[in-house]
Amino acid sequence: MSHVIARLPEPRLRALEDAYGAAVAAKRRQVLLGGLVLAALVGLSAWAGEVDLAKFFANLWRFPSYIGDIVPTLRLAHLGEDLAEWYWGLGYWLRLMGETLLIAYLGTMLGGLCAISLCFLAAANLSRSARVRWLVRRVLEFCRTVPEIVFALIFVAAFGLGPVPGVLAIAIHTTGALGKLFSEVVENIDMKPVEGVSATGATWLETVRFAVLPQVLSNFASYGLLRFEINVRGAAVMGFVGAGGIGQDLIESIRKFYYSDVSAILLIIIATVMVIDLATERLRHALIGMERRS
Amino acid sequence: MSATRTQRFEAEALAGLRGLAARHPSIFRVNWPRRLLSVAIVAVLAGLFVSGFWALGFSFARIAGGLDKLVEFAGFMLPPSPGSYATFLTYLMALAQTLAIAFLGTLTAAILAFPFGFLAAKNVIPNVFLHFSLRRGLDVVRGVDVLIWALIWINVVGLGPFAGILAVATSNFGEFGKLFSEAIEAMNKKAVEGVASTGGGKLHQVRFGLLPQVFPVIVSQVLYYFESNTRSATIIGVVGAGGVGLHLYEQIRMLEWQHVSFLVLMILLTVAVIDFVSGRLRFAIIGNAKIAA
Repeated sequence: MSHVIARLPEPRLRALEDAYGAAVAAKRRQVLLGGLVLAALVGLSAWAGEVDLAKFFANLWRFPSYIGDIVPTLRLAHLGEDLAEWYWGLGYWLRLMGETLLIAYLGTMLGGLCAISLCFLAAANLSRSARVRWLVRRVLEFCRTVPEIVFALIFVAAFGLGPVPGVLAIAIHTTGALGKLFSEVVENIDMKPVEGVSATGATWLETVRFAVLPQVLSNFASYGLLRFEINVRGAAVMGFVGAGGIGQDLIESIRKFYYSDVSAILLIIIATVMVIDLATERLRHALIGMERRS
Repeated sequence: MSATRTQRFEAEALAGLRGLAARHPSIFRVNWPRRLLSVAIVAVLAGLFVSGFWALGFSFARIAGGLDKLVEFAGFMLPPSPGSYATFLTYLMALAQTLAIAFLGTLTAAILAFPFGFLAAKNVIPNVFLHFSLRRGLDVVRGVDVLIWALIWINVVGLGPFAGILAVATSNFGEFGKLFSEAIEAMNKKAVEGVASTGGGKLHQVRFGLLPQVFPVIVSQVLYYFESNTRSATIIGVVGAGGVGLHLYEQIRMLEWQHVSFLVLMILLTVAVIDFVSGRLRFAIIGNAKIAA
């Protein structure tokens, strides 16, 4: 069984083919131009970034060999002793990890509280003065654009070494990041309860407390948990600049080539981060479920 | 409205309160277990908060002294200035290095993660064991901070921006592998089936059915990460992996506050410009659609 496909008349076909060809050629030109720009950028960045592929491939063996070095020697015959030698400082490291978690927690809470008090002023539907809104938004932008390590460095100079500058640095960064997210949540609320409460003659604070807060609290908690997760990772490297936590010991063991210590501390950090990730994910799902029910 | 009228309304409303409560008992009933639970949660959180400050060595004297110093530093920061034209050029070059680190790091990670995205996608390779182990492996790579990767790469290629590029590439590889595989899993199968029905081979299906769906999502995610990498590349110099972070670290150490504020301003400006450009590009590629970050 064969079908005969009717061909279009020649002039019509030619016109269609020409249009198709032109469209494809235009697309090709665009892709080619994009590719050229990309290649130029890659070349420029490779020059600025001192990329040296010869050196890279000549030294690449060091990477697996480094990984091999930090893996401890564990023999089945005396596994217990080997493990004990590997994790010789377990109690000390766990205490430092606890300090890291505490830094993350305090930074998140402090930053979250600042963000809650600022977000209503930055939200377009609640803030009455455009000037205050503009100012608060710029402050939040500044807080989240300057990296927290930079704040930590400056605070170490001001407050001295230890976890205090770490907490403050994380708190400031968290204020900026959460303040923006919180104000977006507030801008998306249902305005009817706000009108209802303000119709009874409530003040601005009372309106926020009874009409806005019940609508946004579960979202705030969910974003706060997400931020806590990020801050745990951030707090783990705060010690690199002397701002407390387990980072100080990690950078020392890397710099001084205490190989098995590097893997031991890294494993503690990775395991903690994974546990926190899983726990906060559970909690956030529970919170979202609560929001759906109510 | 006069004060006496308001008071009368209030008195009437309060007089009706008892009747109101009798008519709608379910609204006025106190839910004790729930209230106790929320009080307990708040108490635990607040207790940990307060005792945490004590445990980490916060004290009023220390905070007051530190704030005092901060104010002093802020005074020294004005006006921001790099000192001389030559230093300004050095900083500019370092900033270019930072951008190069972010750009090449993101690009390398994206190119390397692209095939991994397919391997780790459930609908491309339906092997539970492979899927699970690849995802967990990517999780481990992701769980290590970019500063730690920088320290490790410094051992391989030495100090300098190249180690920074490799560090950004490694940590983003973990992120991209996960994001890409999720994007591939979320795509619509109909386009692939359509290509297959016209007689297209496996390669045709990927090129004309899958790639056009996945590509815009992936490019927008890569651009988004480029923005965030610009921020992290500014600090990667703190551990010696190139970019403007090294200068920032040194100037803070030497208490050259005018330089510090100048560097921070340069970083803020660069980040704003990159955000703007990449936001425009993202918009041009996928329109206003929201991306899952």
